[in-house]
Amino acid sequence: MSNPSSPDNTSLIRSSLKKRYARERRFKLYGLLAVLTGFMFLFVLLADIVIKGTPAFTQHFIQVTIDLDPDALGVAPGASAEELQAANFGGAIKRGLREMFPDVTSRKDKRALYRMISIGAEYDLRDLLLEQPELLGQKKEIWLRAHSEAGSYLKGQVDTELAEEDRKVKNNLIGWLDRLEAQGKTESRFNVAFFTSGDSREPELAGIKAALYGSFFTLMVTFCLAFPIGVLAAVYLEEFAPRNRLTDLIEININNLAAVPSIVFGLLGLAVFINFFEMPRSAPLVGGIVLSLMTLPTIIITSRAAIQAVPPSIRQAALGVGASQLQTVFHHVLPVAMPGILTGSIIGMAQALGESAPLLMIGMVAFIMDVPGGVSDPSTVLPVQIFLWADSPERGFMEKTSAAIMVLMGFLILMNAVAIYLRRRFETH
Amino acid sequence: MSTVASMGNFSSKGTADKADKPQQALDINHAADDHETIGTPWVEDAKMSARNVNVFYGDKQAIMSVSLDIGRNEVVAMIGPSGCGKSTFLRTLNRMNDIIPGCRVEGNITLDNEDIYQSQQDTVLLRARVGMVFQKPNPFPKSIYENVAYGPKIHGLAHSNAEMDEIVEKSLRRAGLFNEVKDQLDKPGTGLSGGQQQRLCIARAIAVSPEVILMDEPCSALDPIATARIEELIDELKEKYTIAIVTHSMQQAARVSQRTAYFHLGKLIEVGDTKEIFTNPQHHLTENYITGRFG
Ligand SMILES: Nc1ncnc2c1ncn2[C@@H]1O[C@H](COP(=O)(O)OP(=O)(O)OP(=O)(O)O)[C@@H](O)[C@H]1O
Ligand SMILES: [Mg+2]
Repeated sequence: MSNPSSPDNTSLIRSSLKKRYARERRFKLYGLLAVLTGFMFLFVLLADIVIKGTPAFTQHFIQVTIDLDPDALGVAPGASAEELQAANFGGAIKRGLREMFPDVTSRKDKRALYRMISIGAEYDLRDLLLEQPELLGQKKEIWLRAHSEAGSYLKGQVDTELAEEDRKVKNNLIGWLDRLEAQGKTESRFNVAFFTSGDSREPELAGIKAALYGSFFTLMVTFCLAFPIGVLAAVYLEEFAPRNRLTDLIEININNLAAVPSIVFGLLGLAVFINFFEMPRSAPLVGGIVLSLMTLPTIIITSRAAIQAVPPSIRQAALGVGASQLQTVFHHVLPVAMPGILTGSIIGMAQALGESAPLLMIGMVAFIMDVPGGVSDPSTVLPVQIFLWADSPERGFMEKTSAAIMVLMGFLILMNAVAIYLRRRFETH
Repeated sequence: MSTVASMGNFSSKGTADKADKPQQALDINHAADDHETIGTPWVEDAKMSARNVNVFYGDKQAIMSVSLDIGRNEVVAMIGPSGCGKSTFLRTLNRMNDIIPGCRVEGNITLDNEDIYQSQQDTVLLRARVGMVFQKPNPFPKSIYENVAYGPKIHGLAHSNAEMDEIVEKSLRRAGLFNEVKDQLDKPGTGLSGGQQQRLCIARAIAVSPEVILMDEPCSALDPIATARIEELIDELKEKYTIAIVTHSMQQAARVSQRTAYFHLGKLIEVGDTKEIFTNPQHHLTENYITGRFG
């Protein structure tokens, strides 16, 4: 046995040091590689979504000279709002288009020409006239919403090298659009409709407002149910419940619930809330209840962990000056545990925001154009909207899908930012 | 009140079963060996008294049949080697052991002749009457002011903000902390130094004016000046209050206490007048300890 401080021990240690340091360096390198790989995947994913999604935030408009002659519109001069509602705006637009391209004569070509403009343009025109009735009888140059196919060409998304039969945008349309572009009669604008309208069969008219509202109402219901119930359950289990078989059983079951696939909660919601309690289908109310069932375990588990992490000395201090158990919990334990509880709850809510499977089960997958006005109106939510759009064959919906994902992720980032902000705020107090 | 009469007052509730027992030899049926406490553990006018207290942490017995009185307006010092159960015994006096999972207390403890372990005892009231300064400083993660004001606030001791300010200032002054923190009362108490935190905890404990104050090594983190201030405070407090103090400093025990109890491995070895214990210890363990040959 050699003496630990003898010179040959020192040289032994020194020679082994080199190996140890090399191992350490290798380990650091692996770690860095792992981080970089993860980061790369994330970057590729995000970049793909952003590149695909950005065009959805712009919408092309085409300037058409339209004759708002009352006769042609089929209304009397000085028509009332109701009469204008029924006026033939589609015809006016078609006439305007024919006048711009007098060389288009065959029926087939005309129909292709009309398809340049979105069918939503009729309603835009109607709204314009309702707003400014004095336009009736005038001939005016009006910017009309382009159809998504024309839009995709104007956005440069159409590969003209491709054989004509392999693409949706045909050569004649390309010719017309090129002419319009040369005349300065096309314009790219911010796509307001994406944020102000509900779903539509036409990509250029589809928006996320209905889904956003649906998500908002659903999450409201989820939060109002899951947060208080979850936190109170955690407080009770941690601070008041006796430790016995029953509470052990409850604890195990809560942990198991957290691992139950979310679609099972959807089935439960369908069976219990819709079929048994006869709550409305496709409604944020049921969706929120189902999602709160799903997030409850998360909130309870994270809240319990946060409460457990409160140093016992704080509890002792409070009890030691004669605080009751309730006062101890609400004056001292909960404020200290709050950042953890909030973080857990927000993670749970973020999960709920991104969840689609259980909502499909309770019918929130319906095609909904109207913005829901409350928790019992039929609606859909952002992730389901993304799912629906991703499923649509039209090219225009592809960019909507990515754009909606961007919005969804924006909200998730926002929620996390709020969690961090709240945590900071609570920590300084 | 004679000793015998005062002993007769101890109602035997719960696990306590020895109301009447011979005066000298305290019945120690739980102790592994038949140790008898040397000296007289009881006093004539007891504020608190413990009889045959056993404390278990799970299966492990930490306190073995300890009987000890704490007299009215008296300072009792508890000394003994680390791990001998001083803190454990101190905690039984305001039932702080209740919140330790697996901790079980047997025996009979009274405050003003009322059993504090009886089922109708209100622990909130008990802890308001029997305050505690913990071994490790444990300020609330709140402002200095709120730390001190918390007790008076929940008990409704102050009727106006001005009155509360007064209580806070007075408590901080008595704990010898006011001058250091008077400009930063709204700063978090956890931002103070260890010794300052301990004095803050002392201020917090005395702010509710408890009848009995239990101090678990209150000066272990304090410099000599702050220690002197706390000892002064103890002297001052004993005019009105009853104090039990755990300390590792023989000098401190000698300076502040009237009676001293020496604990060893969960047993109360010897108890008596402080002067007696330090000048003429009876038990060899006590002697070894106070002469520094042990612990
Ligand atoms: N919460 C607990 N759970 C289990 N055992 C404990 C607990 N607290 C204390 N003990 C045990 O009880 C015995 C007495 O501990 P106690 O803290 O009362 O000693 P002490 O005399 O205060 O020591 P010190 O001078 O180091 O503070 C020790 O053996 C300790 O291991
Ligand atoms: Mg101790």
